[in-house]
Amino acid sequence: MKILQETQQLIKDNIRDYGMYIALFVIMLTFNMMTDGTFMSSRNISNLLDSAGYIAVLAVGMTLVIVIRHIDLSVGYVAGFLGAIAAILLMQQGLSIYLVIPIILALGIIIGLANGFLIAQLGIPAFVASLAGMLIFRGALLKVTEGTGTIIVQNEVFNALGNGFIPSLGMVNARHLLTIIIGVLGVLFFVYSELKTRHDKVKYNFDVISVPIFAVKLTLISLIIAYITWILAGYNGFSWTLMIVLFVTIVYHFISNKTVLGRQIYAVGSNPEAAHLSGINVKKITYLVMGSMSMLAALSGILYTARLQSATTTAGMLFELDAIAAAYVGGVSSAGGVGKVTGAIIGAIVMASLTNGMNLLGVGISYQYMIRGGVLAGAVIFDVLTRKRGK
Amino acid sequence: MAKTILEMDNITKTFPGVKALDNVNFKVEEGEIHFLVGENGAGKSTLMKVLSGVYPYGEYEGDIVYQGKVQQFHKINDSVDVGIAIIYQELALFPDLSVYENIYIGNEVKHNGIINWNQTIVKAKDMLKKVNLKVKPETLIKDLGVGKQQLIEIAKALSKEVKLLILDEPTAALNEDDSENLLELIKELKKQGITCIMISHKLKEVVAIADKATILRDGQTICTLEKAKGEIDEKTIIRHMVGREMNQIYPKRENHEIGDTILELKNWSAYDGQLGRHVVKNADLKLNRGEIIGISGLMGAGRTELALSMFGNPKNYKLKGDLVLNQQPVHFKHTSDAIKAGMAYVTEDRKGNGLFLLQNITKNVSASKLQGIAHHGIINNNEEIKIAEHYKNSLHIKASSIEQLVGKLSGGNQQKVSLGKWLFAGPNILILDEPTRGIDVGAKFEIYTVMNELVEKGLSIIMISSELGEVLGMSDRVYVMAEGEIKGELDSQSADQEKIMELATQ
Ligand SMILES: Nc1ncnc2c1ncn2[C@@H]1O[C@H](COP(=O)(O)OP(=O)(O)OP(=O)(O)O)[C@@H](O)[C@H]1O
Ligand SMILES: [Mg+2]
Repeated sequence: MKILQETQQLIKDNIRDYGMYIALFVIMLTFNMMTDGTFMSSRNISNLLDSAGYIAVLAVGMTLVIVIRHIDLSVGYVAGFLGAIAAILLMQQGLSIYLVIPIILALGIIIGLANGFLIAQLGIPAFVASLAGMLIFRGALLKVTEGTGTIIVQNEVFNALGNGFIPSLGMVNARHLLTIIIGVLGVLFFVYSELKTRHDKVKYNFDVISVPIFAVKLTLISLIIAYITWILAGYNGFSWTLMIVLFVTIVYHFISNKTVLGRQIYAVGSNPEAAHLSGINVKKITYLVMGSMSMLAALSGILYTARLQSATTTAGMLFELDAIAAAYVGGVSSAGGVGKVTGAIIGAIVMASLTNGMNLLGVGISYQYMIRGGVLAGAVIFDVLTRKRGK
Repeated sequence: MAKTILEMDNITKTFPGVKALDNVNFKVEEGEIHFLVGENGAGKSTLMKVLSGVYPYGEYEGDIVYQGKVQQFHKINDSVDVGIAIIYQELALFPDLSVYENIYIGNEVKHNGIINWNQTIVKAKDMLKKVNLKVKPETLIKDLGVGKQQLIEIAKALSKEVKLLILDEPTAALNEDDSENLLELIKELKKQGITCIMISHKLKEVVAIADKATILRDGQTICTLEKAKGEIDEKTIIRHMVGREMNQIYPKRENHEIGDTILELKNWSAYDGQLGRHVVKNADLKLNRGEIIGISGLMGAGRTELALSMFGNPKNYKLKGDLVLNQQPVHFKHTSDAIKAGMAYVTEDRKGNGLFLLQNITKNVSASKLQGIAHHGIINNNEEIKIAEHYKNSLHIKASSIEQLVGKLSGGNQQKVSLGKWLFAGPNILILDEPTRGIDVGAKFEIYTVMNELVEKGLSIIMISSELGEVLGMSDRVYVMAEGEIKGELDSQSADQEKIMELATQ
């Protein structure tokens, strides 16, 4: 049968992408069964996605950093340090939150550009440059929290970024209305953009997947969006964290897939010399990607501080490793030029699901680390094996 | 009758979407020099990779009979163990290691797991003698020219007691002298009883030293020609290769008009801070509209450096002198400035700095002019695909689709993608650095035809080439470089091989 063949071919061509979604699906289903449904409950899913937020934004930035063959080990303590600065500005300096957030993001960009200077301008290996940054910002975090210890943040708007939910505009059948509206808009937008892409392709006489498979794909993804919306609407609705992560993902996904800038980033990762000879400014791209990374680290710091409602002396510890792990689970390749922003998000959710599920099951922390390490290794092994056979 | 050393029977090898080899039969007799020839993508490299175990037993169909036994190589070392050594199309040496370390890497001279370096050096000296190479074993590979590196590769093969030596386009990157040298060596090895399989697009070589030549086309064996039967001459080979007669190697150019000067170099010098010397010295050069100028010279004469110094200076040389474009002196800060000014540079080393091997044909073609397929920085994917299709068809790029990763194309087809990428940029001045390296006769003809069409449209071309034939056949004027200087200028009437070589070796 033709449809069957086409499906097989599709799966073969996209095994790496589909593999990740299937893995996530299996992990979720398994935990759900083992916890008798607690895992997929509205409350837990909401909690899980929120706890993945501050790593997810880092993983997005880290993916691009790894795509251009660099690494940034400083992001954890940059997040911790800038989170503490945010708390200080809010609580001790009494600045308005609408000033604090842009300031913190701008500080992040400046730190990133400094990293970019070391790497692009002076040619210092990113590993070393960012290792130095890691030590410096760890020290800086200790320094600014030295006098006070943990800084409690009492600012409702700020804390809402980590704990709060979008307003409901009323409840329908005990479901969060605005969340449902956003979900429906999301589905509509998805269907519209898929149809438009397909229509364009047909106009140009390009191959498209056959109608039944296209319909199945549309329905399946719409159902998933609808289902997640439905679950979350049954608790408090979409959280601000989730909205921020979605926003970051959409913007970065768009930039990396649809824009000249994105193409240049991947070209630099794929072959820096060839990129240079193609007229691409490799230094500029390095600055941009490192700048974006630290800006996202700043955002991560804000989300984390808001989530804990306080800035602690150890905030940011090991974030960088979680972000790197998420990026690799999401399919980035250290050889450069390969890796997707959406992959990073899925990677972050996979890792967060593991932690969350194992916590629910009461698995000891020692086993948790080992299992997460195993999953990371497994994902990369799968990656290498499928890439070898790829097209 | 000589003994058969190798017989490959009904070899079939498929990659997703391509049947690279389709029931290929290939028979080699002991002690002969056997050439494999065929167009780009015919399957020559793939056949040799099957033989050497790069594609292990089980990934292909058919039998490999070597020295009378059916062999099942599961890894490359299995073939090395029975005396088969292969030197790949792309050199596989470690630039920062010394000559002796490179020769014995993977085959260390050791006792109880501990390497005996002194003995290694002594043995390496022997090997160097065998390949007639006079360099110190301690020299670093990166300090040697490509010609010598190629000989090191052979020395490395010889150190493994090789019986069957396979060379995949060994002379593609070599100039005439070095090529000659290498061919002499191969004949020498033959006398010592080493069988040799060689892949080459340089038919002159085939005629010069082949005992037999097997021709592949589209993954199938067409025939095996034998010298003993007087079958090996360029015409016959070409006929079998492309499946039709080809009467000329260089296409005729309609008499075209040569316009005003479009680019001029005046007293142009480039100093390489890392090497600590001038790579280009006091060069004066002129390029007119609608003209092809050839730049000839030996390896290391500074031709590529000259091109780079004009093309936005990506290596950060210290520049002196004037670069004048359309009567205006220009200073490029970046390659992007040069591209904006209408220049394009197709690099000599397509894998190293020409292409994005992990990306598909589409993305490679559009890379040098992303603005051309974008509105307000947002890419129009459909437009991009159309353009890629256009170049795939017009340049006859052989690939399963434009989605194919460029790293998986055959060498010649990669070169065409590289060319397509720069044609898309729509230049007025096209610099081609060794444009036909590793390209088959048919494709060469196509590329020359494209060049002619371009100059007829008013483009100007600077062609850097080590192949004297092509320099003479295609250029309106020829500049000869040596040691960073332009040693002379010849017009198409007065230029000939002797004059060029004389200037180049002055
Ligand atoms: N790893 C691979 N994956 C997919 N296709 C491949 C791969 N390697 C080779 N091919 C395809 O197999 C065919 C034969 O390629 P091969 O490299 O053997 O050609 P060739 O005769 O050596 O050409 P050239 O003279 O250009 O080097 C080509 O169509 C090529 O695109
Ligand atoms: Mg080849």
